[in-house]
Formats: sequence, structure tokens, C-alpha cells
Amino acid sequence: MVSICFYFQVHQPFRMRRYPIFDIGKKSDYFDDHKNIEVLKKVARKCYIPANNLMLDLLDQHPDFRISYSLSGVFMEQCEKWAPEVLESFKKLVATGRVEILSETYHHSLAYLFSKEEFKAQVELHRQKVKELFGVEPRVFRNTELVYNNEIAKFVEDMGFDGIISEGWDPVLGWRSANFVYRPKTTTRIKLLMKNYRLSDDIAFRFSNRGWAEWPLTTDKFCNWVNAYNGSGECINLFMDYETIGEHQWEDTGIFDFLRHLPGELLKHPDNSFKTPSELVDNCEAKDEIDCHHMISWADIERDLSAWLGNRIQQSSASRVYALEKDIKELDDPELLEDWRKLLTSDHLYYMCTKWFNDGDVHKYFNPYDSPYDSFINFMNVMNDLTIRIKEGQARKGVAGKAGSDSEVRGIEG
Amino acid sequence: MFGWEFPPFKSGGLGTACYDLTKGLCNQGVDVTFVMPVAPDGANADFVKIIGANNFAKKVKLRQISSILTPYQSSTSYSEALGKVPGATNYKTTSKDAYGKNLYQEVYRYSLAAGEIAEEEEYDVIHVHDWMTYKAGINAKAVSGKPLVAHIHATEFDRTGGNPNQLISHMEYEGLKAADVVIANSNFTKENVIKHYDIDPGKIEVVHWGIDPDNPHYGIGHKSPFDNEKVVLFLGRITIQKGPDYFVEAADRVLKYLPDTKFVVAGSGDMFERMVNRADELGILHNFIFTGFLRGADVHRAFQMADLYVMPSVSEPFGLVALESMKNNTPVLISKQSGASEVINHALKVDFWDVDEMANKMINTLKYPELLSELSDNSYREAQKFNLDVPAEKTKVIYEKAIQIVK
Repeated sequence: MVSICFYFQVHQPFRMRRYPIFDIGKKSDYFDDHKNIEVLKKVARKCYIPANNLMLDLLDQHPDFRISYSLSGVFMEQCEKWAPEVLESFKKLVATGRVEILSETYHHSLAYLFSKEEFKAQVELHRQKVKELFGVEPRVFRNTELVYNNEIAKFVEDMGFDGIISEGWDPVLGWRSANFVYRPKTTTRIKLLMKNYRLSDDIAFRFSNRGWAEWPLTTDKFCNWVNAYNGSGECINLFMDYETIGEHQWEDTGIFDFLRHLPGELLKHPDNSFKTPSELVDNCEAKDEIDCHHMISWADIERDLSAWLGNRIQQSSASRVYALEKDIKELDDPELLEDWRKLLTSDHLYYMCTKWFNDGDVHKYFNPYDSPYDSFINFMNVMNDLTIRIKEGQARKGVAGKAGSDSEVRGIEG
Repeated sequence: MFGWEFPPFKSGGLGTACYDLTKGLCNQGVDVTFVMPVAPDGANADFVKIIGANNFAKKVKLRQISSILTPYQSSTSYSEALGKVPGATNYKTTSKDAYGKNLYQEVYRYSLAAGEIAEEEEYDVIHVHDWMTYKAGINAKAVSGKPLVAHIHATEFDRTGGNPNQLISHMEYEGLKAADVVIANSNFTKENVIKHYDIDPGKIEVVHWGIDPDNPHYGIGHKSPFDNEKVVLFLGRITIQKGPDYFVEAADRVLKYLPDTKFVVAGSGDMFERMVNRADELGILHNFIFTGFLRGADVHRAFQMADLYVMPSVSEPFGLVALESMKNNTPVLISKQSGASEVINHALKVDFWDVDEMANKMINTLKYPELLSELSDNSYREAQKFNLDVPAEKTKVIYEKAIQIVK
């Protein structure tokens, strides 16, 4: 029996506006609402609405069809502000009872790596938002960009989750297959669902690539591949960015048609079924233990953290911004806290990646900056303003504090 | 090839380009007859030594035309140069041995002499560099029927910041029109040529230049004498094209945040006094250091001493100097209005007029060592890609194309 498990990631960051050094100490509006609205509406038009409608149709036609989503908190917040119809559409999906919502950090951040306390806080904020909007309690957790290792699994287990998601990366799997449910090493209860990256990426990346040996990917062909796993796997975990449907793979590639026929075709084989992550957790035994000591992610070829923390400017921005945590939290200023949290969204670090900058490829399409260096400069300018606000807050409270952990940052005064 | 004296003589980028190209072509197996103007006090003996020393003496034949033409000359500077030649004013104007009374006459005289050489020599292709040699090329083509390749390193619009001298731009136009193929040093230049001269885009090839990896000066490792103070470098002719005004204004803004920064200006030119006066007016003259014109190893020392090199050019056809900085481990902030910005990834880029943004980038780079080191390491690596073999290969292919066209 093979169960296909779909999980779609849905996220939009609050992108920053161009914030030059001369605004430090004078203006504290950091985000480009105009741009963010524009992007949200565009993606809603090309992906969220049509894809959700497709899923609703499929759920209607096939009672056995199941899917799951993880919606970042900042995405949900933007929808509330600027695209409530998208939220309504997701609500309809969840109301079918066959669409699961996963847990993640509200601000789609790498907080786990820098502050366990902040990580927990963001997961809790997300839980509350999901409860408020959808009336459900997530049981399965996915960390930002599927950053994962044994320690994270244990930590998340202690927080009460029943399942956790990761990349099905070969060096971690060894001889094992990603098509089973596992137990992360050092845990006792939580179950691990690992992405079948080959099949997932066939849809998410290779689908429209005419240079690919298997192009065009038809529903038939894909079903044959899935069916071939019968007898040697329990689950096929197809995890991908939701924007695959309509944004990364445009409508004219045939992606909608492909997906429209997929459930029907797959269900023709009597041993196939669909399951949500929770159903997999409840119905499948942990086949074996998976030992993943080093951090992995689902990004790039390396599947590591280099896309966000691989170079000096990324490492420096991350450590500087997280260093502000204590002072900000002591001030009890919700606006300041929220501004700071929005800076923790992993996308800001991603924009500073120099890995592929030589070839100016994929990363550039999604990057609002001309260069990773411009992204760093912008980020640091905003951070400096944040630091000034912290000091002002401390002065008001009468607290003689040292904002930030290094005097260099204080050197910039408007 | 009608070209210009090799470095270290006063020919700047044009001279360097000619040297690099000649050397590269020799490596490709192309025989070059190099025609250049030689001034009476020109150290052409050294020039010949350079050719000999580089072992391309076998493949390069040198022909000289007595002339006081130098690249980047203006009418005024030509007249000054003429004034320095002993007894020049005694000669009758039409004699081909006497220097022209003004720049245009000299160019014309040069082209006549070139025509004579063209009759004597054997060659497959004529290659000319910038407007002063275009007429020479046209004559050579008329005499021999061989294809003409007009190389354009800078347009009159670049040089004058949009106020072209009509005579010069006309000669530029004539050369580009008469050429069978035009080589532009960047897409930026190509677009300018199309925009201002309406030349057929199909005729224009773009060959981005490179820098000589064998230059020993890159390894000098000169250190800054300024301890903890950051050094920002401006290096180039102090003339409108290079945007010295914007450098000073940006410096003023930077100094409000980082008052100990040193601004080094290496070069000379017609806007020198104006630059000094403006800095003085702003009260920041004591943060400025003017080195005058630098050449040879000193240029590299200047780069190595600086933390950041700024090229605020108003209109820069390419900007090889940015690559030289990167190769000397000094990151660059370059104008978007340059050919270099279309091919360099690891650089800070800015519109030349956006002084605030220039300052924004400068301050942050000087402030955060992680940004400085990330930029300089990556740009150093990127500079290695710009060697001289690729441009020479492309030029050779263009020669072959030109020969086919004329057939």
C-alpha cells in the first residue's frame, strides 16, 4: 500500500523598502507595502486562487484525496490585510476535513539556530493564528526551509508534536528509502516524514524543462513511476513550494492539467491512496531510526544552511539581529518587537547569498535587490534604526542599557 | 593597426588596450604591423625595447609617423604641445613633415602619412583605435581595398559628458560609417554608437576587455600608511567624464558619519582646480590627498593602499581601471553608466548622479569589515576571469568576419 502525501509550502515575506543610511534615526517604516501588495496579488492571481480552486474541485471529485499545507504567519497576515479572498479560499479547503495545516515559525525564521526561546515563541504565535483562522491545532511540524537534525526533532517532540518533516537526503538516508516513516535518533515518540525529492522535484523543478529527458511529464508517466514503488514503500512524500502551481511552473506548461488528472489516475491502482501527514503518523509504524547529526535543509544542491548563512555578511547580519533580542523583549514595545521579528524572516538572509551571484540565475528572479551587497547594506541600515529605537526606549524607561552587542553598530548616528 | 604608444607612456587606457591587443594577437599567431605617432622627445627606443622584451618582436613590425598626437588630446592641449616643439611655428602648414597648426590639421596630416604606409605594407585587415586614427584607416582602406575594423573605446559624447565637439564627432561618425566592422568595448558603448550615430547594430561587435594577468605590479602588497583610517580612492583623469564632482559631494556626506576617512585623488586633468576648490569650500580639504598623475607601479600601490575604489563616471565606455582595482584586492563602487557594470557582478553599483546612494554604500562598506572582505574576496576572484586571451580571440574572429564581408 502506497500513500501519496502532498505538502505545499505557502509563504511571502514582508519585503523591505529601499532604506538608505540617511533615514536612520528619522524614519522607522521599513517595509515596502506597495511591493508586497503587488507581489501578493500577482501570486494570488497566478497561483493561490486557481490552485486552490483546482484542489477544491479534486477534493470534491475524489473523496479519498488528501493534501496538506504549511502557511507562514507572515503570509497569513498579509492575506488578512490585502487579499482576504485567498484566506477564504484556504478556509474552504480546510473545511473539507481532508486538508491538514502544519505548524511552523510564524515569521518563517531560522530562530531555532539562534534562540530557542524565540523559536518557541514564534511557533506559539503561529499556532494561535492557525487556531484563530482555521479552528484547527497542528500536530505535525516543519521548520523553516526544512532545516532539520536530530536535536531539532527532539526539541520539537518535547514541544508536543507528533510528526516532523525533512528532506529525504541521500547522505542521511544511507541505504534506506525516503518512502517510509521513521523515528529520528534521540526521540521516542515523534515520527519523521521525509521528502521524496526526486519525484517532488520532477514536478516542482523539471516539469517544464524541455531539456529534460523525461519531458513532457504526463500524468500517466508519473503514475507509472509512483506505482513502481508499490511493494517497496509505504508513502510517497511530495513536498514542494505551492508556487510551483502557476508561478514557478506557469499555467501554459500544463501543470494544472497534469495535477487535475493525477488523483484520478493514481487511484485507479487499488493499492494507492492519499494521506495527510497526520494520517501517516497515525497509520504507519516507524520503520527504522534515522540519524541526522548535521543540519540539512531542502535548499540548493548542498541541502545545507549555506543559502542563508554561507558567507560573512549573512553570518554577521544574523548574529547582530538576534543579539538585539534581550533588549527588545525587556522594553515591552509590541511594535518594536514585531518590526524586529519581521527582520528575522529567512528571506532577508537569502537575498545576501553570493553563492550563485556569479551566474546570476534563479536566485536573482526572486531577489528585490540588485546585489547581495545591496541587501546587506539595506538590512544593516534598518538594524541601525532599530538599535536607535531600542536606546530611545531604554532612555524613556530610565534603563542604562547597552543596545546591541558591539559598539561598532552604535557608531552610526544620523 | 593604427594605435598608440604602449604604457608606461602617457596614453592611458588606449595605450594599454593597444598593448594588450597586440600581445594577445601575437599569441594567436597574428602578424601585426603597428603604426604609431612618435613625438620628437618620444622615448621610442624604450618602446622598441618593450616590444623586443616581450618576445613579440618577430610578429610585430613597427612603423612610426612623426607626430605629436596623443590620445585624449583636445585642441587646447594640442596647441600647448605644439608650442613646446622647437621651431614648429617656422614650418609651412602643408608640408607633410611639419606638424599641423591645430589638432585637426595634424590628424589630417597623420592620415596622409598613414596612406603612404598603407601602400607600402602588406596586410589583410586594417584596425584603428578611436577617432584620431579613423581617417588614417579610411585612407588605408581606400588605398588597399582591405577591410577596415574601427575600434571604439570612447565616443565624443562620453568624453565631453554630452557636449560633443562637432568636428570630432563628425570624424568619429565618418570612421564608424566607413568601417566594415565596428568593435565596441561594451554594450554601453554599442548603444551610444547606435543612438548618436545611427550605425547598423548588425555591424557592431562587442568585445569586453580584460587585464594583463602577468603584470608583476599586482603582487606588490603596498600597505596604507593611515593606520585605522579608511581610504577611499578616486583614480583617473580629473575631467567631466569621470565624475569628480560627485566624488567630492559623496565624500562630504561620508565624512559626516566617518570623519576620519581619507579621500585620495590620483590623477590630473582640467577639473583639478575645481575639485580642490569645492573640497575647500565644503571644509573637507584636509581629508583629501591629491597625488597627481600616477603611472606604472604607483597605480597599483594606490589601489593596494585603498579600502574602496570609487568610479563615479558620468559615461564610461568600459572602465578597465575597476578590474585593476579588483585584481589588487580592493573592492569597487562603480557607476551604472559604465560598460564595466554590465559585466562585473561583485561590485557596488550606483547611478553617477545619486550622491546620497553613493555615500550610503561607501559608509556601509567602510563600516562593516565583513562586507568589505566579502566584496574584495569575491571581486578578486571575479577579476581573474577577465584575461586578455578571450578578447584577442574574439578580435581575430572579427578580423575573419571582416575579410569575408569585403570579399
